[in-house]
Amino acid sequence: MFLCNYRVYLWKQRIRILNQKSVHNGQALQDAAVAAWPICLGYIPVGLAFGVLAQKAGLRPVEIGLMSLLVFAGSSQFIAVSMLAAGAVPLAIILTAFTVNLRHFLMSSSLALYMGHTSKKLLSLFAYGVTDESFAVNLFRFRQGGWDVKRALCVNHIANLAWVTSTLLGGYGGKLIPEGAFGIDYALNSMFICLLVFQLRGKKYVVTALLSGGLAVLLALVVAGNSYIVLASILAATLVVCLGGKGFAL
Amino acid sequence: MPDSDYIILVFAMGVVTYVPRWAPLFLLASRRLSDRMIEWLDLIPAAILSALLLPALLLSPEPRLVSLLRPELLAAVPTFLVALKTKSLGGTVVVGMTLYWLIDRVI
Repeated sequence: MFLCNYRVYLWKQRIRILNQKSVHNGQALQDAAVAAWPICLGYIPVGLAFGVLAQKAGLRPVEIGLMSLLVFAGSSQFIAVSMLAAGAVPLAIILTAFTVNLRHFLMSSSLALYMGHTSKKLLSLFAYGVTDESFAVNLFRFRQGGWDVKRALCVNHIANLAWVTSTLLGGYGGKLIPEGAFGIDYALNSMFICLLVFQLRGKKYVVTALLSGGLAVLLALVVAGNSYIVLASILAATLVVCLGGKGFAL
Repeated sequence: MPDSDYIILVFAMGVVTYVPRWAPLFLLASRRLSDRMIEWLDLIPAAILSALLLPALLLSPEPRLVSLLRPELLAAVPTFLVALKTKSLGGTVVVGMTLYWLIDRVI
Protein backbone atom coordinates (compact mmCIF):
# COMPACT_ATOMS: atom_id res chain seq x y z
CA MET A 1 0.00 0.00 0.00
CA PHE A 2 2.67 2.38 1.07
CA LEU A 3 4.96 1.50 -1.84
CA CYS A 4 2.15 2.13 -4.27
CA ASN A 5 1.62 5.55 -2.71
CA TYR A 6 5.30 6.14 -2.84
CA ARG A 7 5.50 5.46 -6.59
CA VAL A 8 2.58 7.84 -7.21
CA TYR A 9 4.40 10.31 -5.06
CA LEU A 10 7.57 9.90 -7.12
CA TRP A 11 5.66 10.64 -10.30
CA LYS A 12 4.08 13.70 -8.76
CA GLN A 13 7.54 14.74 -7.66
CA ARG A 14 8.85 14.42 -11.22
CA ILE A 15 6.02 16.53 -12.62
CA ARG A 16 6.63 19.05 -9.90
CA ILE A 17 10.30 19.31 -10.77
CA LEU A 18 9.34 20.09 -14.36
CA ASN A 19 6.97 22.77 -13.16
CA GLN A 20 9.16 24.21 -10.50
CA LYS A 21 11.43 26.13 -12.85
CA SER A 22 8.57 28.45 -13.63
CA VAL A 23 7.86 29.12 -9.96
CA HIS A 24 8.92 32.53 -8.85
CA ASN A 25 11.65 32.73 -6.23
CA GLY A 26 9.64 35.18 -4.17
CA GLN A 27 6.85 32.65 -3.87
CA ALA A 28 9.31 30.04 -2.61
CA LEU A 29 10.61 32.39 0.06
CA GLN A 30 7.08 33.28 1.10
CA ASP A 31 6.08 29.61 1.37
CA ALA A 32 9.20 28.93 3.41
CA ALA A 33 8.48 31.84 5.75
CA VAL A 34 4.97 30.50 6.37
CA ALA A 35 6.43 27.06 7.14
CA ALA A 36 9.26 28.37 9.30
CA TRP A 37 7.53 30.80 11.64
CA PRO A 38 6.80 28.28 14.41
CA ILE A 39 10.50 27.36 14.38
CA CYS A 40 11.54 31.01 14.71
CA LEU A 41 9.04 31.56 17.49
CA GLY A 42 10.60 28.66 19.36
CA TYR A 43 14.21 29.60 18.62
CA ILE A 44 13.94 33.19 19.87
CA PRO A 45 13.54 32.46 23.62
CA VAL A 46 16.00 29.55 23.50
CA GLY A 47 18.52 31.61 21.51
CA LEU A 48 18.25 34.57 23.88
CA ALA A 49 18.68 32.26 26.87
CA PHE A 50 21.73 30.67 25.26
CA GLY A 51 23.26 34.08 24.53
CA VAL A 52 22.75 35.26 28.10
CA LEU A 53 24.21 32.04 29.50
CA ALA A 54 27.20 32.12 27.15
CA GLN A 55 27.89 35.73 28.04
CA LYS A 56 27.83 34.82 31.74
CA ALA A 57 30.28 32.01 30.97
CA GLY A 58 32.68 34.64 29.60
CA LEU A 59 32.07 34.49 25.83
CA ARG A 60 31.93 37.70 23.83
CA PRO A 61 29.09 38.29 21.36
CA VAL A 62 31.40 37.66 18.38
CA GLU A 63 32.35 34.28 19.88
CA ILE A 64 28.74 33.43 20.55
CA GLY A 65 27.73 34.33 16.99
CA LEU A 66 30.60 32.29 15.58
CA MET A 67 29.52 29.20 17.51
CA SER A 68 25.88 29.58 16.44
CA LEU A 69 26.95 30.01 12.83
CA LEU A 70 29.42 27.11 12.71
CA VAL A 71 27.61 24.58 14.89
CA PHE A 72 23.91 25.54 14.62
CA ALA A 73 22.68 22.96 17.12
CA GLY A 74 21.01 24.28 20.24
CA SER A 75 21.42 21.59 22.87
CA SER A 76 25.06 20.87 22.04
CA GLN A 77 25.83 24.59 22.25
CA PHE A 78 24.33 24.79 25.74
CA ILE A 79 26.38 21.80 26.81
CA ALA A 80 29.55 23.19 25.21
CA VAL A 81 29.21 26.48 27.06
CA SER A 82 28.70 24.81 30.43
CA MET A 83 31.67 22.53 29.72
CA LEU A 84 33.80 25.56 28.77
CA ALA A 85 32.80 27.29 31.97
CA ALA A 86 33.75 24.17 33.93
CA GLY A 87 37.16 24.13 32.25
CA ALA A 88 36.70 20.94 30.21
CA VAL A 89 39.38 20.02 27.65
CA PRO A 90 38.51 20.82 24.01
CA LEU A 91 38.52 17.18 22.91
CA ALA A 92 35.82 16.34 25.47
CA ILE A 93 33.68 19.23 24.24
CA ILE A 94 34.08 18.17 20.60
CA LEU A 95 33.26 14.52 21.33
CA THR A 96 30.21 15.56 23.32
CA ALA A 97 29.00 17.74 20.45
CA PHE A 98 29.43 14.77 18.13
CA THR A 99 27.38 12.39 20.28
CA VAL A 100 24.69 14.91 21.11
CA ASN A 101 24.21 15.74 17.42
CA LEU A 102 24.45 12.22 16.04
CA ARG A 103 20.64 12.01 15.90
CA HIS A 104 20.71 14.30 12.85
CA PHE A 105 22.19 11.34 10.96
CA LEU A 106 18.82 9.61 11.20
CA MET A 107 16.95 12.75 10.21
CA SER A 108 19.09 13.34 7.12
CA SER A 109 18.65 9.68 6.15
CA SER A 110 14.92 10.12 6.30
CA LEU A 111 15.01 13.40 4.35
CA ALA A 112 17.18 11.74 1.67
CA LEU A 113 14.06 9.88 0.49
CA TYR A 114 12.71 13.16 -0.86
CA MET A 115 15.85 14.66 -2.32
CA GLY A 116 16.64 12.29 -5.15
CA HIS A 117 16.97 14.88 -7.88
CA THR A 118 19.14 17.33 -6.03
CA SER A 119 22.71 18.23 -6.97
CA LYS A 120 25.42 17.21 -4.51
CA LYS A 121 26.34 20.85 -4.05
CA LEU A 122 22.82 21.81 -3.01
CA LEU A 123 22.61 18.74 -0.74
CA SER A 124 25.81 19.79 0.98
CA LEU A 125 24.38 23.25 1.60
CA PHE A 126 21.08 21.78 2.77
CA ALA A 127 22.85 19.46 5.24
CA TYR A 128 24.16 22.46 7.17
CA GLY A 129 20.64 23.42 8.20
CA VAL A 130 19.27 20.04 9.30
CA THR A 131 18.05 20.48 12.89
CA ASP A 132 15.30 18.69 14.83
CA GLU A 133 12.92 21.49 13.96
CA SER A 134 13.75 22.09 10.28
CA PHE A 135 13.76 18.32 9.74
CA ALA A 136 10.27 17.92 11.17
CA VAL A 137 8.84 20.87 9.25
CA ASN A 138 10.48 20.05 5.90
CA LEU A 139 9.64 16.37 6.10
CA PHE A 140 5.98 17.15 6.71
CA ARG A 141 5.94 19.60 3.78
CA PHE A 142 7.69 17.19 1.42
CA ARG A 143 5.16 14.52 2.25
CA GLN A 144 2.27 16.89 1.87
CA GLY A 145 3.49 17.79 -1.63
CA GLY A 146 4.10 21.12 -3.33
CA TRP A 147 7.47 21.32 -1.59
CA ASP A 148 10.92 21.38 -3.15
CA VAL A 149 14.56 21.71 -2.21
CA LYS A 150 14.53 25.45 -2.77
CA ARG A 151 11.76 25.92 -0.22
CA ALA A 152 13.34 23.47 2.20
CA LEU A 153 16.63 25.33 1.93
CA CYS A 154 14.85 28.62 2.65
CA VAL A 155 13.27 27.10 5.77
CA ASN A 156 16.72 26.00 6.97
CA HIS A 157 18.22 29.43 6.43
CA ILE A 158 15.34 31.38 7.95
CA ALA A 159 15.65 29.17 11.04
CA ASN A 160 19.42 29.68 11.01
CA LEU A 161 19.01 33.45 10.81
CA ALA A 162 16.58 33.40 13.75
CA TRP A 163 19.01 31.27 15.78
CA VAL A 164 22.16 33.28 15.08
CA THR A 165 20.39 36.62 15.63
CA SER A 166 18.70 35.64 18.87
CA THR A 167 21.85 34.12 20.37
CA LEU A 168 23.76 37.30 19.44
CA LEU A 169 21.09 39.50 21.02
CA GLY A 170 21.25 37.34 24.13
CA GLY A 171 25.03 37.77 24.09
CA TYR A 172 24.62 41.54 24.20
CA GLY A 173 22.65 41.04 27.40
CA GLY A 174 19.31 41.39 25.74
CA LYS A 175 16.57 39.87 27.86
CA LEU A 176 13.93 41.04 25.42
CA ILE A 177 11.33 38.58 26.56
CA PRO A 178 10.38 38.27 30.23
CA GLU A 179 10.67 34.76 31.65
CA GLY A 180 7.75 32.53 30.72
CA ALA A 181 5.94 35.20 28.71
CA PHE A 182 3.03 34.14 26.51
CA GLY A 183 3.93 30.47 26.88
CA ILE A 184 6.59 31.02 24.22
CA ASP A 185 8.73 28.32 25.87
CA TYR A 186 6.13 25.84 24.70
CA ALA A 187 6.21 26.84 21.01
CA LEU A 188 8.55 24.05 19.90
CA ASN A 189 6.79 21.38 21.96
CA SER A 190 3.44 22.38 20.42
CA MET A 191 5.00 22.29 16.97
CA PHE A 192 6.42 18.82 17.55
CA ILE A 193 3.08 17.57 18.89
CA CYS A 194 1.30 18.74 15.74
CA LEU A 195 3.98 17.39 13.38
CA LEU A 196 3.83 14.05 15.21
CA VAL A 197 0.06 13.98 14.70
CA PHE A 198 0.65 14.56 10.96
CA GLN A 199 2.99 11.56 10.95
CA LEU A 200 0.37 9.22 12.41
CA ARG A 201 -1.05 8.22 9.06
CA GLY A 202 -1.98 4.65 9.96
CA LYS A 203 -1.71 1.92 12.55
CA LYS A 204 1.90 1.18 11.66
CA TYR A 205 2.96 4.75 12.45
CA VAL A 206 0.97 4.88 15.69
CA VAL A 207 2.58 1.64 16.88
CA THR A 208 6.03 2.96 15.95
CA ALA A 209 5.46 6.25 17.77
CA LEU A 210 4.13 4.58 20.92
CA LEU A 211 6.97 2.07 20.96
CA SER A 212 9.61 4.70 20.33
CA GLY A 213 8.21 7.15 22.88
CA GLY A 214 7.91 4.45 25.54
CA LEU A 215 11.41 3.16 24.89
CA ALA A 216 12.77 6.71 24.92
CA VAL A 217 11.29 7.39 28.36
CA LEU A 218 12.64 4.12 29.75
CA LEU A 219 16.09 4.63 28.23
CA ALA A 220 16.22 8.27 29.35
CA LEU A 221 15.73 7.06 32.93
CA VAL A 222 18.71 4.70 32.80
CA VAL A 223 21.16 6.28 30.33
CA ALA A 224 22.58 9.78 30.77
CA GLY A 225 22.77 12.14 27.83
CA ASN A 226 20.45 12.09 24.85
CA SER A 227 21.44 8.85 23.14
CA TYR A 228 17.95 7.57 24.02
CA ILE A 229 16.55 9.50 21.02
CA VAL A 230 18.58 7.59 18.44
CA LEU A 231 18.41 4.25 20.28
CA ALA A 232 14.64 4.33 20.78
CA SER A 233 13.94 5.47 17.20
CA ILE A 234 16.11 2.81 15.58
CA LEU A 235 14.76 0.07 17.85
CA ALA A 236 11.12 1.02 17.29
CA ALA A 237 11.36 1.40 13.50
CA THR A 238 13.33 -1.82 13.14
CA LEU A 239 10.91 -3.78 15.33
CA VAL A 240 7.90 -2.56 13.38
CA VAL A 241 9.50 -3.35 10.00
CA CYS A 242 10.48 -6.82 11.24
CA LEU A 243 7.04 -7.50 12.70
CA GLY A 244 5.44 -6.35 9.44
CA GLY A 245 7.76 -8.73 7.54
CA LYS A 246 6.72 -11.58 9.85
CA GLY A 247 3.12 -11.07 8.79
CA PHE A 248 1.75 -9.11 11.73
CA ALA A 249 -0.98 -6.86 10.44
CA LEU A 250 0.52 -3.45 11.11
CA MET B 1 38.83 38.77 17.58
CA PRO B 2 38.31 35.45 19.37
CA ASP B 3 41.57 33.68 20.09
CA SER B 4 42.67 30.88 17.78
CA ASP B 5 42.05 28.12 20.36
CA TYR B 6 38.40 29.08 20.51
CA ILE B 7 38.10 29.27 16.72
CA ILE B 8 39.63 25.80 16.36
CA LEU B 9 37.30 24.41 19.03
CA VAL B 10 34.18 25.85 17.45
CA PHE B 11 35.27 24.85 13.98
CA ALA B 12 35.85 21.26 15.12
CA MET B 13 32.44 21.23 16.80
CA GLY B 14 30.99 22.45 13.52
CA VAL B 15 32.68 19.69 11.53
CA VAL B 16 31.59 16.84 13.82
CA THR B 17 28.05 18.24 13.76
CA TYR B 18 27.99 18.75 10.00
CA VAL B 19 29.29 15.35 8.86
CA PRO B 20 26.42 13.27 10.31
CA ARG B 21 23.96 15.74 8.79
CA TRP B 22 25.66 15.57 5.43
CA ALA B 23 26.73 11.93 4.92
CA PRO B 24 23.28 10.31 4.59
CA LEU B 25 22.05 12.99 2.19
CA PHE B 26 25.18 12.69 0.11
CA LEU B 27 25.21 8.89 0.08
CA LEU B 28 21.52 7.95 0.06
CA ALA B 29 19.71 10.64 -1.93
CA SER B 30 20.69 9.44 -5.40
CA ARG B 31 20.77 5.74 -4.55
CA ARG B 32 18.01 3.27 -5.25
CA LEU B 33 17.02 1.92 -1.85
CA SER B 34 15.41 -1.42 -1.14
CA ASP B 35 11.69 -1.42 -0.29
CA ARG B 36 12.50 -2.51 3.24
CA MET B 37 14.91 0.38 3.70
CA ILE B 38 12.34 2.85 2.37
CA GLU B 39 9.75 1.45 4.73
CA TRP B 40 12.17 1.77 7.64
CA LEU B 41 13.15 5.33 6.77
CA ASP B 42 9.50 6.24 6.40
CA LEU B 43 8.88 5.18 10.01
CA ILE B 44 11.82 7.16 11.38
CA PRO B 45 10.07 10.58 11.54
CA ALA B 46 7.22 9.28 13.70
CA ALA B 47 9.75 7.43 15.86
CA ILE B 48 12.09 10.41 16.28
CA LEU B 49 9.37 12.95 17.00
CA SER B 50 7.90 10.66 19.62
CA ALA B 51 11.33 9.94 21.14
CA LEU B 52 12.05 13.66 21.34
CA LEU B 53 8.67 14.59 22.75
CA LEU B 54 7.64 11.98 25.28
CA PRO B 55 10.67 12.27 27.57
CA ALA B 56 10.44 16.08 27.32
CA LEU B 57 6.82 15.96 28.45
CA LEU B 58 6.99 13.18 31.05
CA LEU B 59 10.36 13.60 32.71
CA SER B 60 11.62 16.35 34.97
CA PRO B 61 15.09 17.60 34.01
CA GLU B 62 18.04 16.49 36.17
CA PRO B 63 17.39 14.32 38.06
CA ARG B 64 15.16 12.64 35.50
CA LEU B 65 12.00 11.45 37.16
CA VAL B 66 8.59 10.59 35.76
CA SER B 67 6.11 13.23 36.78
CA LEU B 68 2.51 13.31 35.62
CA LEU B 69 1.77 16.79 36.89
CA ARG B 70 4.20 18.76 34.75
CA PRO B 71 2.58 21.68 32.90
CA GLU B 72 4.36 20.40 29.78
CA LEU B 73 2.38 17.15 29.97
CA LEU B 74 -0.92 18.70 31.07
CA ALA B 75 -0.83 21.15 28.17
CA ALA B 76 0.21 18.41 25.73
CA VAL B 77 -3.02 16.40 26.01
CA PRO B 78 -5.42 19.14 24.82
CA THR B 79 -2.79 20.38 22.33
CA PHE B 80 -2.63 16.88 20.86
CA LEU B 81 -6.42 16.80 20.50
CA VAL B 82 -6.45 20.23 18.86
CA ALA B 83 -3.81 19.05 16.36
CA LEU B 84 -5.82 15.90 15.65
CA LYS B 85 -9.04 17.86 15.16
CA THR B 86 -7.84 20.95 13.29
CA LYS B 87 -4.80 19.59 11.40
CA SER B 88 -3.48 23.12 11.59
CA LEU B 89 0.15 23.71 12.57
CA GLY B 90 -0.21 27.42 13.26
CA GLY B 91 -3.43 26.95 15.23
CA THR B 92 -1.92 24.15 17.31
CA VAL B 93 1.17 26.21 18.18
CA VAL B 94 -0.93 29.17 19.33
CA VAL B 95 -3.34 27.00 21.33
CA GLY B 96 -0.46 25.01 22.84
CA MET B 97 1.36 28.14 23.98
CA THR B 98 -1.78 29.64 25.46
CA LEU B 99 -2.68 26.44 27.32
CA TYR B 100 0.84 26.09 28.68
CA TRP B 101 0.84 29.71 29.80
CA LEU B 102 -2.52 29.27 31.57
CA ILE B 103 -1.60 25.95 33.21
CA ASP B 104 1.79 27.24 34.30
CA ARG B 105 -0.03 30.18 35.92
CA VAL B 106 -2.53 28.01 37.79
CA ILE B 107 -0.09 25.41 39.10
